[in-house]
Amino acid sequence: MLVVDISGLNKSFTRDKRALNDVKLQVREGEMVALIGASGSGKSTLIRHIAGLLRGDRDGGKIAVFGETIQENGKISRGARKVRTEIGVVFQQFNLVSRLSVLTNVLMGLLGRVPAWRGSLGLFTKAEKMRAMSALSRVGIDAHASKKARNLSGGQQQRAAIARTITQGARLILADEPIASLDPASSRKVMNTLDRVNREDNVTVIVSLHQVDYAKDYCKRTIAMRDGEVVFDGPSSELTPQFLQELYGEHSSELFADGAAVSTKPVAKPIAEKDLAVATS
Amino acid sequence: MRSLFAFTSGIRTMNSSISSTSSVATELPPRDLKRSASSFLLWAIILGLLAWSWEGADMRPMALFENSGNMVDFADGFFPPDFLMWKMYVEEMWITIQIAIWGTALSIVCSIPFGILCSENIVPVWVYQPVRRLMDSFRAINEMVFAMLFVVAVGLGPFAGVLALWIHTTGVLAKLFSEAVEAIDPEPVEGIRATGANALQEVIFGVIPQVLPLWISYSLYRFESNVRSATVLGIVGAGGIGMVLWEYIRGFYYAETAAVMIIIIISVSLLDMASQRLRKLVT
Ligand SMILES: Nc1ncnc2c1ncn2[C@@H]1O[C@H](COP(=O)(O)OP(=O)(O)O)[C@@H](O)[C@H]1O
Ligand SMILES: [Mg+2]
Repeated sequence: MLVVDISGLNKSFTRDKRALNDVKLQVREGEMVALIGASGSGKSTLIRHIAGLLRGDRDGGKIAVFGETIQENGKISRGARKVRTEIGVVFQQFNLVSRLSVLTNVLMGLLGRVPAWRGSLGLFTKAEKMRAMSALSRVGIDAHASKKARNLSGGQQQRAAIARTITQGARLILADEPIASLDPASSRKVMNTLDRVNREDNVTVIVSLHQVDYAKDYCKRTIAMRDGEVVFDGPSSELTPQFLQELYGEHSSELFADGAAVSTKPVAKPIAEKDLAVATS
Repeated sequence: MRSLFAFTSGIRTMNSSISSTSSVATELPPRDLKRSASSFLLWAIILGLLAWSWEGADMRPMALFENSGNMVDFADGFFPPDFLMWKMYVEEMWITIQIAIWGTALSIVCSIPFGILCSENIVPVWVYQPVRRLMDSFRAINEMVFAMLFVVAVGLGPFAGVLALWIHTTGVLAKLFSEAVEAIDPEPVEGIRATGANALQEVIFGVIPQVLPLWISYSLYRFESNVRSATVLGIVGAGGIGMVLWEYIRGFYYAETAAVMIIIIISVSLLDMASQRLRKLVT
C-alpha cells in the first residue's frame, strides 16, 4: 500500500527560487526512509508539505497520504485534518509545550481522536491516560511523566514527541531532523526508538537527517535532496563517500561532519533489546 | 562527530579573527554628519513642541510663588487629618476595591477571546483588524467617561463603576494579551496541529500555556491600576471612596479630605505591594 504519494510538488517562498521543484516520491507501508541533504536543500519544507502544514504552489502538484489527498495545487483538502490524525510529526525543536507536563503533552496526541469538547477541556479517561503512559514506557521515559516538558533533556523530549505519535496511533511518522540538536548517545536512543516503532508496529517512518552515517545505519532506503530537488532515491548502501562527494560537491563535508569517519565507522547494527534497556536509562 | 566539526570550524574563525586584528587602528571613525544633523533636528522638535504647548497649557510658574501665602493657608487646612469617620472611609475603600475586582475580572474574561482575535499569528487580517479597532475605541475613552455614561444608564452607584472599568480595561488587556500571543513560539502550536487537533485546541494547548504567566502578570497590573482608577470613579457618581472624597473637597472639609487621601494611599500601596509579589511569583 502506498503511504505517501507525491507528484509534481512545487513550492516557492520567493518569486525567483523554488524551495521544492517537481518533487516526485512514493513511500510504501512499513518502510523507514531517510531524507538527506545539506541545510537549505528543502527537507523540512517537504516534510511540512506532507503533514499538510505548508501549502504548495498553485501549480504545485498533489500529495496523497494513505490514498487520501492531503493537498492539491496549493489547496489543503477538506479531509486533511482527518488524515493528519494518521500522521505523527516529530520536529527538530521538539515542539512540545514546555510548560505542560510530559504526560499532558503525550495525551495531546489524542486530540484528533476524542470528541472535540472533551479534548478541548483536557478531559481524558483513565484508559487514555494508561495508553499515554504505556507509550511513555515504550520510549523509556515513563518515570518522567509528571515533569514539565522543559525539564527534560533534549533526547528525552524527543522521545516524548515520539510517544505522542504512538499515543496518537499514527501510521506514518515524519521526523524532521529529530537528532540534529542531540549528542551522539541521545541520538542513538532516539533513532533506536524510531526503528523499534517502525519494526514492531509497522509504522512507516520518513526521517530527515543531516548526517549520512545515521541514514546508512538505520534506513534501507535514502532519498537525497539538493536545492529542492530529489537527486537520489535508492538503497542506502549505494551511498559511498565518493558517490556523495559527486552528488553534493562542495557541501559533502557538511553532510558527513567528519568525512574520514564514514569509511571506518562500524556498519549498521541491528537494534537488539539490550540497546533499548540503555534507552530507558 | 558534529561537535568535532564545530570545533574545527571554530579554529578557522579564530585564525581569521587574529589576522584581522593584527593591524592596529590609528584613526577615529569619521563623524557622521547625517546622524548629528538628525539628533539636532530631534531636539529642535522637542523644544518646539514644549514652546508651542506653553500657552495652551496656561503655564504660570510664578503663580506658585505669588500665591504662596494662600498655598500655605490651604495646606494648613489639611492638618491635622480628621479620622473621626474612619470606619466609613474604610468601608468605602473596600467598596472601591470590590469595584476594581469585578471590573478587572469581567475584563479578563472578555480579553481572552478578544486578545486571541487581535493576534495576527492566530486569525486572518479581516478578523484582527476590526477587533483591534474595537479594542482601540474601548481604550481611547477614559473610564471616567464610561462611568458618566453608565451612571445615566444604570443609575448612581458602584455597578456603573464596574461597567466602566470593564469596558476600558478590556480594551487595554486585550491589546496586552494579544502582544503576548504574537510573541509565542510557533513550534509547539504546530506540534499540536500536527496531531489533528482543531483550531480551538491549538489555542488552548499550544498558545495559552505559553502566554499564561504573562497574562496573569498583566491582569494583576491592571487590577492595581483599576483600584487607583476606582478611587476617582465616585466623583461622577459611580460609587466607592471617590464619592466621599468629592463631597469633602467640594465642602472645603480639608482635614477629612486629608484623612481619606491617607486611607487611599495606604490601601493602594499595600495592594500594589501584594500584587507585585504575586507577579514575581508567576513570571
Ligand atoms: N518560511 C520560509 N520563508 C521563506 N523561505 C523559506 C521558508 N522556509 C524555508 N525557506 C527556504 O526554503 C529552502 C529550503 O529550506 P528547508 O526546507 O528549511 O531546508 P532544510 O530543512 O533541508 O535545511 C531554503 O532556501 C530556505 O531558505
Ligand atoms: Mg530543516
